Amino acid sequence: MEKTLDKLKPGEKGTVKRVTAEGMIRRRLFDMGVTPGAALMMRKAAPFGDPLEITLRGYELSLRRIEAAGVLLEV
Amino acid sequence: MRIALAGNPNCGKTTLFNMLTGSTAHVGNWPGVTVEKKEGVYKLYPDGVKKGEPIRLEILDLPGIYSLSPYTPEEVISRAYILDERPDAVINLVDATSLERGLYLTTQLLETDIPLVVALNMADALAKNGDKLDADMLEKRLGVPVVSISALKGDGLKELMATTYSAVSFAQNGKRTPNSVLFGHADAELFQKASKIYESEGVGNAVFRALKAVEGDAGEKKALPEIFGKVRALIDEYEGGKSVSDKEAQGLRVKPMPTVPPIKQMRIRADKFDNISADKIAAYNLDAEIWNEVAADVTDELAADIAGETFITDYEALIADARYKHITGEFSPALKRKRDVWELSPSEKVDRILTHKIWSIPIFLLIMFAVFHLTFSENLLFLGVFIPEGSFDNAVFGTDAINAPGVILANALGLLTDWLSGLIGGAMPDGTWYTGLVVDGILGGLFAVLSFIPQIMCLFAFLSILEDSGYMARAAFIMDRLFRKFGLSGRAFLPLLMCFGCSVPAIMASRTLQSDKERRMTIMLSPFLSCGAKMPIWVTFGAIMFAGRYPDLVVYSIYLLGIAVAVLAAIILKRTALKGEAPPFLMELPAYRMPHPRNLVRHVWDKLKHYIIKAATVIIAALIVIWFISSFSFTFRLVEDQSDSIIGIIGRGLAWLFWPLGFGQGADGWKFIVAVLTGLIAKEMVVATMGVFAGMADDPLSLETGELSAAPIAVLIGTLSVPAAFAFMAFNLLSVPCMAAVAAANGELSNKKQTFGAIGFWLGTAYVVAAAVYWIGMYWWISLILLGIAAILITLSKLRSKGIIKLSFGKSKQR
Repeated sequence: MEKTLDKLKPGEKGTVKRVTAEGMIRRRLFDMGVTPGAALMMRKAAPFGDPLEITLRGYELSLRRIEAAGVLLEV
Repeated sequence: MRIALAGNPNCGKTTLFNMLTGSTAHVGNWPGVTVEKKEGVYKLYPDGVKKGEPIRLEILDLPGIYSLSPYTPEEVISRAYILDERPDAVINLVDATSLERGLYLTTQLLETDIPLVVALNMADALAKNGDKLDADMLEKRLGVPVVSISALKGDGLKELMATTYSAVSFAQNGKRTPNSVLFGHADAELFQKASKIYESEGVGNAVFRALKAVEGDAGEKKALPEIFGKVRALIDEYEGGKSVSDKEAQGLRVKPMPTVPPIKQMRIRADKFDNISADKIAAYNLDAEIWNEVAADVTDELAADIAGETFITDYEALIADARYKHITGEFSPALKRKRDVWELSPSEKVDRILTHKIWSIPIFLLIMFAVFHLTFSENLLFLGVFIPEGSFDNAVFGTDAINAPGVILANALGLLTDWLSGLIGGAMPDGTWYTGLVVDGILGGLFAVLSFIPQIMCLFAFLSILEDSGYMARAAFIMDRLFRKFGLSGRAFLPLLMCFGCSVPAIMASRTLQSDKERRMTIMLSPFLSCGAKMPIWVTFGAIMFAGRYPDLVVYSIYLLGIAVAVLAAIILKRTALKGEAPPFLMELPAYRMPHPRNLVRHVWDKLKHYIIKAATVIIAALIVIWFISSFSFTFRLVEDQSDSIIGIIGRGLAWLFWPLGFGQGADGWKFIVAVLTGLIAKEMVVATMGVFAGMADDPLSLETGELSAAPIAVLIGTLSVPAAFAFMAFNLLSVPCMAAVAAANGELSNKKQTFGAIGFWLGTAYVVAAAVYWIGMYWWISLILLGIAAILITLSKLRSKGIIKLSFGKSKQR
């Protein structure tokens, strides 16, 4: 099933299928290791609901929902 | 010999740099941007014995980066330094605990022709977890020397530097043969051909630049447009004739599916082969017949191989993907993890509480409170409750309560400077102009600057502990949602909070903000959040206004006014001067770590040095000028009555300018104007100046609040109407905080224009708000008019953004 990263619930895992974000955000996502094939897991949302915390490539990454919406996952 | 240190943020680079360079380090800014530039010297002794002449290795600490893309100032600087300045070698520090992400930068550095050594940091931390890292295997596969070190303990540093030195000696003409992980990729042919183009043009770092050109990198296009064009032409040829723009018109950004070789077809997921529609095939620019042929070629075995592959629409994605694929395939096997990847790390366990949905907020507030309490409180841990009144009174440690460490240090320093000025003043003849200059002007100024230091030092020490431990990133994570509404990110929280203590460290802390816009916004908002030095003004007015009945309400209302103005100003700035896309908030949450005392001392000292050098020169000069213009007349004679001094005459001359603000209107109006003007130098001077004008021998600040209302200063303040008094406070609250803050802002902003912009913004806001406060206080119905105007403006801007009406403000072009 396909899902964007911002729709992932805490504890759920997925594999990056495509990065649809554009420009600088796209590049930053790549540089931080969010590339097709990368496995990741949703940890939690911040107390006010945004940003999100995910685990990938052995570290914790925080990103906003709007940025996460540009990452398509296979779950 | 020049050696550059490159690596991710938080990989221990600063620690390594400090260990290598010791006391030789100095910190500055890169030209034009406020990114720290650190340089120092490492002395390499041959044979490891400290004797004879050492080899001096100049170490330059590049800013922490994840990649060499041209998007952030840090990346641009690092890339320009490596490519244009050509250091003799690069040491790439990689945090072994997040190996994959660290090696991503390594794959890019491999493509340069600068000698490269990879230093694996925190391998000891890995061993503690039971993980095993095979450095030899990594070295073989990377093709450059790999050294395991512990920057914190200083292990392996000699070996690292000796290896680096020999890597430099080994390189011919200072060049290493570049290599790229992309040369093993399905499209290696393209990458190699592109590299050949750059090589044949005699460009240095040909492989790196060629690959950047393939990515369509804007920096490379700008640097060498002709060669860049050749690479683009090569890509077109490689893909089969069509120009890039043609393909973009078809909705295929650059990379269509070529007809041959079949290996490239694998970017389409295997499961899509069966049910792909005819028009999609047309969109991929493929003949249906060939497509079917290719699809048939893809056996089940191959399909399984490529199950993770996806269709990639451009080379930027393709290359980033290929790098990570290579890293996970070739380099990651060097690391044998004991723990399951998804298992909670110790750090995540801590985060279950510290970034908890509910608990994180009170914990966060408690930590912030503790920082301020330990810096500014005169009643540490509220122990004063248990100490009976009159039991002890110590100038340093407190009165009937225990002072916080910050206050104790400040008091001790205050005693010392008082003693020194008494000593020097006593040794000089009384009443001469030069005694005045030395004691009041220079020493007064110098000690005023020094008096800030203990509390700045404390704030920075706590800031540094929070940063080093990894909590700061969590604070940004927690607060981001709230701050985004005002065009800021969560990272701006701490600098803004520090403004309530002192604007100077707050402005300096804005350096941790990533975007230039956010930094400017934070600095511009800083005076509105009332700092400690303004407190005496509010306390004095509170004690005197309304016959001293509502002192707390007066103080409270001023703090609220400041916060309200800050919020409004942020919203307005976000829509006007500092408009634009919010910077992305992709941030690593580093593993929690014990802050190291040595780092702490270094960090605090670096900041203090900045402050002392920058702020002291400006403040002392300003104070000498102030002393001069308040002690001398225009005929350069020492005056008895300050109203005859230069500043007194200027104050009177400016009465018309301050007329709309109310407090400048009466016969004594000029005294308040002069107080406001001296307040631009330092807010501590406002009450002192008024005390002088009121003819008080003592400093009003030395009086208890009860005595204040009976003192001459009460008579002076009593000449103001309530609206005028509030306007006076509002102006002091919102205008230029002090010269030290201006100096700090000048250090953090990128150019003089921005500094003057900030000063203008502060003065303008102070003037407008103070005038509004005064006139609304005088005639309440004015607020209705202002509300009406605001409503019209908001409606207009809403309509405009929806495109219902068009407004032009002079800038629109005539067609």
